[in-house]
Amino acid sequence: MNLISTASTASTPRAGALPAGSVTRAAALLRRQGVLAVLLLVVVVSSFVFPAFASLDNARGITVQVSFLSIVALGMTMVIITGGIDLSVGSVFALGGVLAAWASQWGAVPALLVPLVVCGAIGAVNGLLVAKAGMAPFIVTLASLLAARGLLLALTHEGGTTYLVPHGSLFAELGQGTVGGFGYPVLFALALFGVGALVLQRTSLGQTMFAVGGSADAATLMGLPVARTKVLVYVLSGLLAGLAGALNAARLSSGVTIIGVGMELDAISAVVIGGTLLVGGAGSISGTLWGVLLLAVIQNLINQIGSLNSSYQSVVSGGFLILVVVTQRYLSKVRRT
Amino acid sequence: MTHAPLSLPRTAPVRPDVTRLLQQYGVYLAVAVLLLFNALFTEHFLTVANLRTQLVQVAPVVIVALGMALVIGTEGVDLSVGSTMALAGSLLPLYLGYGLVPALLVALLAGVLVGLVNGSLVSLVGLQPIVATLALFVGGRGLALVIADGRLKQIENTDLLGLGTDDVLGVPVVVLIAGVLALAVAFLVQRTTFGRQLVAVGGNRAAAALAGLPVRRVLIGVYVLCGVLAALAGVLATARLTASDPSALGNLMELSAITAVVVGGTPLTGGSIRVLGTVTGALLMQLLHATLVSHNLHDSTAQMAQAAIILVAVYVARERRSR
Repeated sequence: MNLISTASTASTPRAGALPAGSVTRAAALLRRQGVLAVLLLVVVVSSFVFPAFASLDNARGITVQVSFLSIVALGMTMVIITGGIDLSVGSVFALGGVLAAWASQWGAVPALLVPLVVCGAIGAVNGLLVAKAGMAPFIVTLASLLAARGLLLALTHEGGTTYLVPHGSLFAELGQGTVGGFGYPVLFALALFGVGALVLQRTSLGQTMFAVGGSADAATLMGLPVARTKVLVYVLSGLLAGLAGALNAARLSSGVTIIGVGMELDAISAVVIGGTLLVGGAGSISGTLWGVLLLAVIQNLINQIGSLNSSYQSVVSGGFLILVVVTQRYLSKVRRT
Repeated sequence: MTHAPLSLPRTAPVRPDVTRLLQQYGVYLAVAVLLLFNALFTEHFLTVANLRTQLVQVAPVVIVALGMALVIGTEGVDLSVGSTMALAGSLLPLYLGYGLVPALLVALLAGVLVGLVNGSLVSLVGLQPIVATLALFVGGRGLALVIADGRLKQIENTDLLGLGTDDVLGVPVVVLIAGVLALAVAFLVQRTTFGRQLVAVGGNRAAAALAGLPVRRVLIGVYVLCGVLAALAGVLATARLTASDPSALGNLMELSAITAVVVGGTPLTGGSIRVLGTVTGALLMQLLHATLVSHNLHDSTAQMAQAAIILVAVYVARERRSR
């Protein structure tokens, strides 16, 4: 391979030598579907090792648990694709749950609308500060993490009041009802991922998101609405986190104040494991779905191994994270040479 | 306070000067205003006991923030500091049987190892700092919980407890250590080759590499320093709490530390470190919280005020870069 002139590979990196082509293609495939392959491998192996793992009940349990994080991670994926980050989603998730539980006394519509309006507004503030004021996303959303948690504490009288969702109400049904044994939240998550994947892959809005993340300057020169797109992804992230919080409140029948701490980092982990680059410009919605599922399966497996205490879950998750990103890094180097 | 820039407003009109003064001294001004307000309107604020409590509470944050400032100076960030604190704290009860010094060494060694992993992932593998340190943020606390078997352990070793409660010349040991470390880090940044190298690496990594600076070694060194400082903060916090609590120790510390650094005027884009600003930033957030709470405002208000201060600080700092 080294015999081929360096000039040609340097000028046209994609034209590479033929033998390198197959390696590149394999690397690209692995980078794109590697998480899915790992997920399938883990699922198949553990189905043989732990009979209880392969049961339908267990699958239902995992999917309901994972649906809330996956909805949050969906918004996070879009933010990260545009080169940003949203640290506020954990707090917004908790706030959405409290608002939904509080508003559910007036029915299902307010219970969904109130968290969506408030959480969407928080996302809009994040987006405006990032896109218009040019402030670092990390800091802006760090501040709104604190602010949303503060708002939540104020609403619940410093965490002393727990709002309950009326039993048997339509809103409670949204979180607790099932279709074929799978909870509504799972269906919501699947539908949202479908729409998200369509928007990202098949619409100009999706293409703009990738362009903004690839190079905001180039996107500006191309006449793309950079600021508007950035604001939009933070609004979407806020809306999705709020919706996930509301659905979770419906499932638990109450607005729990102490949840969502550290959820932003779980979501980021899932997105990164799913192959979306934190520098922006590249990524996929389906990867995030596999990433979230992989994290959930690991957690479930550790619960299956009764002798292991649950602390191992985060050790394994952290290990997986390193493994995946280092592999990604290595594969992206393969692609470039 | 002396304001050298005020004396000669040669070309710039008056308003930009005010802005620049705010950027330079805003955090000190804010602390001064808060101190004055409390001295006048808060009962029992100006008592030795209260000032002591405030300083003892802020000391671990200052120590972690010093390390964070170094990392941010290289255009990085370390999310794993809180987990490192927990890790160091969880190791203490295992080795205190051999005496304080061996236990301390093991705890600090954990910090070194965390830093080595973070630094290698950033410099050798080329991962983004946020991802590289996220792994140990997630895994580190799990490891701490595994080591401690998920349980809180009471500390009975009086030598270690002394670190949390004793005084030297009337100053709490914890505060003294934080102060000495602040001076040491300021010296490191301003007077040593390593300090200049790390600022250069943060300012422009490619240029630093072309200039022949040992970029990789500097980066690894910075993360190791950050890890050791976090581990030390974990030890001191454990000593003060008289128990090692792997699930709570250092929770959200990464956010407090980043806040202190940023509010203190160190830009997240690297290439400049303000050590005194970082210490003052930590003090500001502590004072703000104490002020709000002692005036019967709740945690919720305190958190929203904190958020507002962070945004104002960063917005003001942003002006400097755009000019």
